[in-house]
Amino acid sequence: MSEDLEYSRRELLRHIAISLSLGAAGERVLTARDAQHVHAAVAQEESAQNGPYQPKALTGHEYATLQRIAGLVLPADERSPGALAANAAAFLDFLCSASDEMKRIYTGGLEWLDDAMRHRGNGGDFLSASPERQTAMLDLIAFRENQAEHADLAAGIDFFAWARQMIVDAYYTSPIGIKELGYMGNTAVAHFSVPQEAIDYAVKRSPFA
Amino acid sequence: MQINRSPQVFDVVVVGSGAGGGTAVKVLTDQGMSVALLEAGPMLNPARDFKEHVWPYQVDHRGAGAHAELYFGRQQWGFFAAPVGYWEIPDEPYTVAQGDQWRWFRSRIIGGRTNHYGRISLRFSDYDFQPEDGLSDAWPVTYDEMAPWYDKAEGFIGVTGTREGLRTAPDGNFLPSIAPRVHEVLIQKSCRKLGIPCIPSRMAMLTKSINGRAACHYCGQCGRGCISASAFSSSQAMIFPAMKTGKLTMITGAMARELIAGGSGKVTAVSYVDKATRTEKQVRCKAVVVAASACESARLLLNSKSVRFPGGIGNGSGMVGRNLTDSVGYALGGYVPALANLPRHNSDGIDGMHVYVPWWLLDDKKKSFPRGYHIELGGGFHMPQIGSFHGVCARVQGYGKQLKDQIREQYGAAVSLSGRGEMIPNKNSWCEIDPVKVDAWGIPVLRFHFQWSGNEINQVRHMHDTFTAILETMGGRVGGGRPDPKTAGISEGGAIIHEAGTVRMGSDPKSSALNKYCQSHEVKNLFVCDAAPFVSQPDKNVTLSIVAFAWRASEYLAEEMRKGNV
Repeated sequence: MSEDLEYSRRELLRHIAISLSLGAAGERVLTARDAQHVHAAVAQEESAQNGPYQPKALTGHEYATLQRIAGLVLPADERSPGALAANAAAFLDFLCSASDEMKRIYTGGLEWLDDAMRHRGNGGDFLSASPERQTAMLDLIAFRENQAEHADLAAGIDFFAWARQMIVDAYYTSPIGIKELGYMGNTAVAHFSVPQEAIDYAVKRSPFA
Repeated sequence: MQINRSPQVFDVVVVGSGAGGGTAVKVLTDQGMSVALLEAGPMLNPARDFKEHVWPYQVDHRGAGAHAELYFGRQQWGFFAAPVGYWEIPDEPYTVAQGDQWRWFRSRIIGGRTNHYGRISLRFSDYDFQPEDGLSDAWPVTYDEMAPWYDKAEGFIGVTGTREGLRTAPDGNFLPSIAPRVHEVLIQKSCRKLGIPCIPSRMAMLTKSINGRAACHYCGQCGRGCISASAFSSSQAMIFPAMKTGKLTMITGAMARELIAGGSGKVTAVSYVDKATRTEKQVRCKAVVVAASACESARLLLNSKSVRFPGGIGNGSGMVGRNLTDSVGYALGGYVPALANLPRHNSDGIDGMHVYVPWWLLDDKKKSFPRGYHIELGGGFHMPQIGSFHGVCARVQGYGKQLKDQIREQYGAAVSLSGRGEMIPNKNSWCEIDPVKVDAWGIPVLRFHFQWSGNEINQVRHMHDTFTAILETMGGRVGGGRPDPKTAGISEGGAIIHEAGTVRMGSDPKSSALNKYCQSHEVKNLFVCDAAPFVSQPDKNVTLSIVAFAWRASEYLAEEMRKGNV
């Protein structure tokens, strides 16, 4: 957590302490509005990032390749932007800068990918290949059973499993991904209730209908 | 070596600040006693230490760890959780006998594990104290004797629940319960069909403001530590208020080394290593409450050797370190198609389950294992975290829009069932002082021996079949394959973090270390107030009982001190 975030959290918690007031029955009450204020303010932190992310661990070429893969793994669609817009590659690069072990997985995997493209095509790397050839390559390494037929794909399949899982992690922990999922929590409410329509929806589709 | 000795003689030194130590501190300072609290970790500052409400994207590594530990299976605990605790502490190792398996989780912070624990708060039943099958020894107390102490414990920490009249889940002094989530409604229907009870959960979160603590605001992040102290922790609910009384002296970063016995055979001081300066210090006292967690408490007693106590202080029975138990754990998850694309809503509520399954086969004499278990439930729309969709990634191959659609469809449609069952104490499960190894403070470490018996393995098989039935009755598809037939998928010893039994109580000083007030049979001013005194490991998580027993022991200690008996 950054220093700034720490500082503002301290302020917010002080605010909570102040708003814990004595209610009519001598109860200490944190009003939902005050608690909501805290949640919302914490959420606004850090979103103010300055400029596009500059890779810390990967080369410009590696990073651009990873961005392309991210866009293919979780594309934009009619409902929401995809992993490219959510800067999934930035999260992956950051972890490569934090762990040599992670960096080896990505530098090695991306090199494998370029090498495999060159051998299977007209000599170009992954990034310079046509979209059709890029997806044709992913179609090979995105499915474990392909390994039975193409033993030389094992390293690529392994790499893609890493990249795909971490792109998924990066996307769904980003503001864009959280919105795409429709997560509505991390908030403060005075009472907890479950909407009847959600219960009815599930029961109707269950063996208990 | 010159030893720095406290000039003040405290009425009581308490070792450890978790559920037991916190309760002792609260009760003893309320009674006007002067108390010094030793804690091996630092002071807790909730504003700084708790990560409640932080979104994953507000942290560079989003919870994977500063060195991506999560991805390599090296993370000690979830980044956002609040334990300040570890499976491995480099300076404080332990050993495990060859061929055995044991993991030992320790928190090092004011409040101990209560800052993050699950807060499931279940009373032990009458038959837990007085087992009818003869497979483990009777406790020196009955349920009826303990009931008023459970009332006090619940009244203070705050426990949700409903009165059900079940012998396997004794009713208590409850706060209002909380509505079941959608998946919990389905599980309740499934259980009803199978003849299994599924009742509102009993959790130490405030659905109503009590004792100066604000009511819950239902963000579901209790495991991160609760800034409004609406989820119980000994740090916020017991120790911080006690600090304001002027009766409590905090000594943090203090690793207890030895209880020093004087000429009278009583404890006169506690020796500890001040971690910051690596110097030994002593704090003098009239009585001591050891509440360092079951295994640390046993270690401290065993390491307190003298001519009078050659096997460790208070260990004339040889029982210190013996009868080590943990809860039996088994989990099964599944995907429930009825929940696919569930209309979105906020299902955070209180952390963990809103309903649970208490043991229901007490009178079934035909089953293949003794005692029982309860079932904890998981599911709902959680704040997405690193790893939230690793399960989907394992099930679904490929990429692109179809992957995105599948993740959206399956979000909130996974449920999990976790069994927590009773382990019968056995002679192969215990701990002792390692003959060779010492920690960074020069204190001899524990060596563990641990083995499950066939009782526990059979119990886990029963859990698997029951969980499968519950999931399939609601149309769910069980995830994962059938577990290894030999272990049946049972948890590793220690992994459920419910260690107990290592300084057990009893009526007979020859077969127990403590009397029914958690007082040493041999050393009248020595009390043990964590789960170490527990004679058995009922299928009801230990924390509420730790508070109840520590409360009773502390009031007894105060009374005995007033009478001059200690």
